[in-house]
Amino acid sequence: MIELDRVGKRYSTGFEALKSITLTIADGEFAVITGHSGAGKSTLLNLIAGIELATSGQVRVDGQDPAGSRSALPLLRRRIGLIFQDHKLLHDRSVFDNVRLPLDITGFAPRDGAKRVRAALDKVGLLSRERALPVSLSGGEQQRLCIARAIVHRPSLLLADEPTANLDMDYAQEIVEILRSFNQVGVTVVVSTHDLVSLRMARPRVIALSRGMLAHEADARTEDTGQKGAYRPTLRRGDDR
Amino acid sequence: MTAWLIQHLRAIALTGRQVAVAPLSYLFQVLVIGVTIALPLLLYLTAQNLERLAGQSQADARIALYLAQDASGKDADLIAARLAAHAAVAGHRFISREEAIRDLKRLHGIGDLVDALPRNPLPDAFIVRARSTRSADIEALRAEAARWPKVALAQLDSAWAARLEAGLALARALAAGLAALLAAALLAVTFNTIGLQVVNRREEIEVSRLIGATHGFIRRPFLYTGLLQGLLGGLAACGLAALCVLLVNRQLPAIGALYSADLMARGLPLADLAAVSLFSGLLGWLGAWLAVTRHLWRLNPR
Repeated sequence: MIELDRVGKRYSTGFEALKSITLTIADGEFAVITGHSGAGKSTLLNLIAGIELATSGQVRVDGQDPAGSRSALPLLRRRIGLIFQDHKLLHDRSVFDNVRLPLDITGFAPRDGAKRVRAALDKVGLLSRERALPVSLSGGEQQRLCIARAIVHRPSLLLADEPTANLDMDYAQEIVEILRSFNQVGVTVVVSTHDLVSLRMARPRVIALSRGMLAHEADARTEDTGQKGAYRPTLRRGDDR
Repeated sequence: MTAWLIQHLRAIALTGRQVAVAPLSYLFQVLVIGVTIALPLLLYLTAQNLERLAGQSQADARIALYLAQDASGKDADLIAARLAAHAAVAGHRFISREEAIRDLKRLHGIGDLVDALPRNPLPDAFIVRARSTRSADIEALRAEAARWPKVALAQLDSAWAARLEAGLALARALAAGLAALLAAALLAVTFNTIGLQVVNRREEIEVSRLIGATHGFIRRPFLYTGLLQGLLGGLAACGLAALCVLLVNRQLPAIGALYSADLMARGLPLADLAAVSLFSGLLGWLGAWLAVTRHLWRLNPR
């Protein structure tokens, strides 16, 4: 479970990215954090992953504060799968070695690790490219590779920052379908995105941010809108302009 | 196999891969370290060998008692009796003035010059071997003998050894100082080379941290690289020192023959070689640890 209690984030420049956010995301949920550029979506994901520290309030992931002890943070991150907008792939390593990295970190036996890596690559449709270098993959394939790396150690929480950015609709749908399949087996999925249209099929819980504040919540399964706010997300294709 | 062991094996394999990527560059780094360590090592070896030589000379220390020109055979017999009865004397040999002049002619090839002299200028002499090898005891015996009647001069042949010993103490101090300085240099060399590797692999380090790598996991391959670099550098230094000893030993017998001495330089014993390599390896490890810790701190000062 992810709990944010009056969480704020102010950068050293004085810019206030998040203002007193209180939010709970239950285990097994598929949540989408949306909002305009600069609304605080990526900052919120970074706080959950312990990449950045909140300047006020408290963040808890499975009861643990990511900003707590430095020695506990790596262990927390091993329970999280991170999918980055810029992929953060190692370009001098093969597809296989990129996916194996989280298993190396946890000290997985090489033979068992290889099975896991191939299963993850199979899941995202990249098994035939295991010897390729990331640079030879298309944008969609690189994103799928990033997902394979995020899921290979079977995390209980997947955090994805703009996973469908710069992808055409077909590729974006593929990515969403993969994320949805993990959510269906109990993995909590939290996605930050502009692209609600691609995510409609996953029928997520939508959390809208506006200027660092919680602006709106909607349930895509019912399109039941919650409180009114400055940013109203739309789930219909063509309306998101 | 435990996760801990797997991670260490993986780090060792990664170190091997790093070496295999640029073996020539690695070889030169090892050579730089080797030469750096070889300098104080050679100074230490030189001091060790000279010390051994000085020790031998001390053990062979002899006192030469030159009798007065007017000393008679009876005087010489009296001195011989005193020497034979003296507790501090291990042995003595009488060299008559006739024997001395014969040796002078024979050994130095100046027969014509000696023959031209109106009379034999050399005195009768005793070569006295002290029982003790301590320079203080030998000096006491020399001083006592110098006061005996008809003894014109009592000369200790090992006076030069005392001066050598003082010089050796200085050389040992210099070797220790140089070793400390060059250990710092080795630390700096490793710090810089590993620091460069850390910068080159900054992206990988950042990604690893984001997906749950501990600082220990990130440090490990660099520590092995530093350790291996130091160990190999230490071995290279020992190899260079052994080579120098070999080269010196090709010349020393010829020099030794001039002084009727059996001169041979000795290398370091195996235990000392192992200690030098281990120390160098530890310095490499420490340099790597400092380099990675500094960069990790820069990446995330939390």
